[in-house]
Amino acid sequence: MHCRKCPRSAVIKMPRHNTALCKDCFTEFVRTQVRRAIASHRMFTADDRILVAVSGGKDSLALWSILLQLGYRADALYVNLGIGDYSVQSRQKVQRFTDTVAAPYRVTLHIHTIEQEQGAGIRELATLVRRPTCAACGTMKRYQFNRVAVERDYDVMATGHNLDDEAARLLGNVLHWQTDYLDKQAPVLPASLDGFAKKVKPLHRLTEREIAAYALLHRIDYIVDECPMAKGSKLLAYKHALNQLEMESPGTKQNFYLQFLERRAASPDAHHTMAEQDRQHLHPCTACGQPTSAEVCSYCRMMARARAEAGAPAH
Amino acid sequence: MIPAMNVTVTHPRKELEVQGPIHVRQLLQRLDLTPEAYLVIRGDELVTEDAVLQDSDAVEIRSVISGG
Repeated sequence: MHCRKCPRSAVIKMPRHNTALCKDCFTEFVRTQVRRAIASHRMFTADDRILVAVSGGKDSLALWSILLQLGYRADALYVNLGIGDYSVQSRQKVQRFTDTVAAPYRVTLHIHTIEQEQGAGIRELATLVRRPTCAACGTMKRYQFNRVAVERDYDVMATGHNLDDEAARLLGNVLHWQTDYLDKQAPVLPASLDGFAKKVKPLHRLTEREIAAYALLHRIDYIVDECPMAKGSKLLAYKHALNQLEMESPGTKQNFYLQFLERRAASPDAHHTMAEQDRQHLHPCTACGQPTSAEVCSYCRMMARARAEAGAPAH
Repeated sequence: MIPAMNVTVTHPRKELEVQGPIHVRQLLQRLDLTPEAYLVIRGDELVTEDAVLQDSDAVEIRSVISGG
């Protein structure tokens, strides 16, 4: 199979674009998609300090790599979730990437270890508070990423969410008519009030397969194994369903998610909803000061419940 | 002993032997794997669905799906 743009051999076929590309043309395609995402959603500029949330997986390491190559000032934060060998391996991948690929850019890797600061890994925490591990993990990561971004004065926090992540999440929200969550599903969440970092998803135009291919072609050493806690997750079921549809009708995932974004942007009240709603409904958590719609934020409620269940004194 | 290529599929990890020559597209069909969810790697080289795999090849079929 030949590259559709040059005489070289293709390394990847992309039915959603009805094309096949060689390594160099594919690399340019990926970087163009990221540049387009950044520009069209005004995610950040070359002057901004960016904090990339890295996990050791393909998406976050590819994102960090691409942002550095595009000339952005991007540090990273790794949250060690205390999931046995998986966390040991993922941290090694992040450290190796930092020491080899990222080091020439003179960046900083921040590491937050849940076992050190909260006294238990995410699995034990989730059991204590009787929540699905992925839900407890999400609460923990969102809280820590936001906290570090705000405390260390980063202008924006970037995550490696890709087109498959966003399309699967959209499908889940639509299937359950969780319209409140639809408002929050955007490639940019504004720093709508003090204590909230701006959050962006520069990979939202690229599929998981394209990002994995980019990582492989650029020798990014990422953790290939799936998180053991994700087994049986609903998100994986939605991704599987969408991939079946994608095989029948290439372009389904991008049409579903990107047209959702376009339609919402075109609606008359699109521009004031998120930031204004945040300002109307959010206030500082009485325990930690981070923004919340309740008296105490979900992270502090989770940690208080964990302390109570473990018999430890509350503080 | 009949020669065959070594094929490794990632999570859930399994190893199998497949007789070549065989197209990547046919291999994925035979294993009932969705092309959109996998990369096929011969040695350390990414290959497209029309590539022909031989008995002497070491092949990895890598899942690209993650998330929880």
